[in-house]
Amino acid sequence: MDLLIPEVGTLVWMLIAAGIVFFILAKWGFPMITDMVDKRSDYIDKSLDAAKKAAERLEGIQSECDALLKETRAEKARILKEATDRREEIIAEAENRAKEAGEKIISDAREQIRQEKEEALRGLRRQVAELSVQVAEKVVMKQLDSDEEQLNMIDRMIDDVKTGR
Amino acid sequence: MKRLIAILTILSAFIPVMATDAERIDVKEIIFGHLKDSYEWHVFSTANRDYVIDLPVMLYSKATGWHFFMSDKLEENGSYDGFHITKEGAHAGKLVETLPDGTELKPLDLSLTKVALGVIINCLLLCIIIMCTGRWYRHHKETDAAPRGFVGLIEYVVAMIVDDVIKPSVGKDYKRYAPLLLTMFFFILVSNIMGLIPIFPAGANVTGNIAVTLFLALITFFTVNIFGNREYWKEILWPDVPVFLKAPVPLLPFIEIIGIFTKPFALTVRLFANMTAGHAIILALTCVIFITAGMGPLIGVPMTGLSLFFMVFMNCLELLVAYIQAYVFTMLSAVFIGLSRQEHHDEKKKEITNN
Repeated sequence: MDLLIPEVGTLVWMLIAAGIVFFILAKWGFPMITDMVDKRSDYIDKSLDAAKKAAERLEGIQSECDALLKETRAEKARILKEATDRREEIIAEAENRAKEAGEKIISDAREQIRQEKEEALRGLRRQVAELSVQVAEKVVMKQLDSDEEQLNMIDRMIDDVKTGR
Repeated sequence: MKRLIAILTILSAFIPVMATDAERIDVKEIIFGHLKDSYEWHVFSTANRDYVIDLPVMLYSKATGWHFFMSDKLEENGSYDGFHITKEGAHAGKLVETLPDGTELKPLDLSLTKVALGVIINCLLLCIIIMCTGRWYRHHKETDAAPRGFVGLIEYVVAMIVDDVIKPSVGKDYKRYAPLLLTMFFFILVSNIMGLIPIFPAGANVTGNIAVTLFLALITFFTVNIFGNREYWKEILWPDVPVFLKAPVPLLPFIEIIGIFTKPFALTVRLFANMTAGHAIILALTCVIFITAGMGPLIGVPMTGLSLFFMVFMNCLELLVAYIQAYVFTMLSAVFIGLSRQEHHDEKKKEITNN
């Protein structure tokens, strides 16, 4: 039965030892641990919240990025198309201009050729005339030694002129 | 398995020699000797001598005043300075004083007994464990990674007790009671585990001592009744029941008042009985080896194997019980504290319907 009778001395020792231990642990032991656990769980909650927000923002940025990319692509296509149009325009214009210039050169050349030809013809005619005059002079000087012959000559010439014209 | 059999065979060769030394084994004495408190700390014995740690004895007698001496003075003939250890009566195993006129007087015994020293050792160990853990937090911030290893284990247990036991049981101002309940839990756990280790400095049957469990239950008792709110006392003295149950004869208040005292009593006995029973079973199983060894190797060897197997099993079970009893004690204390801090019934109902 004595196992079931609490001893006063043990109670006193228990009071002293457990009292001191409780005082120490309640002041410096357990609060440190529980505070840290609470703080850490707060921190984890906050971090999770922040991560969620960041993920949301990232998603926003992603869609923004996609939109921007799409816009850029459209712009690129537009610019390319414009460039192609412009190139064709320039080529066409250049072709026109070249054609015009070529035609002008050709017409100028033709004109020049025609003028030169006329000039040459005119020169030729003058030379022929001069030559015929000189020939005529020589013939006249040689054949007009006798009067008869002169007269014959004049007659022939008049005939020539009459028949020739 | 083969190795186990070999070990058992070797062991069984020695056991008869040991058993023949003791004439007869007094199982009851062995078991109660281990369960009960004592004035000295018996560590182990060889054939020639006992290795004993002497502890100081402190007595206050109404007749002769204070007495201080070491417990080795008692060993020689069991008595010293007019004191001797009684064998029977209500104080069996305790020191009593024989007065000159022949009457026996029980002095106020403040001796540092085995259990008292065990309490101090366990308290020191508890302090070291928790303060070492606490030290880690002084050098770390909440943004650091959670601790690993031993500190992580302690933190895990603390967080589990706070979240699973204290928070739901006590209610909204649980933070005020958390250090007390945590100290209680860890003291019981450390003491239970230390009680299972057979060699000094462990091995004192601290939580199997009714004074220790009574002290722990008294802490709960005082916490509940000193910090209990109006609602708690109203529930006891004027509960919400038909008037005839409380008006002419205070039937329910009477039951409730008895309940105030039965709660700590149940706490005391539950922890004490659980730990005592566990220790008694393990000790009895150990005794089986020595009893059967005297009956020759044919019975001794298989019985030794069987009792070794059961001892290992019981020790594992006791480890579980050590944790469960600490948990249960803390949980019930938390529940009792929670009941003494309850809000008004109507408010509670509102809260429930709101939720």
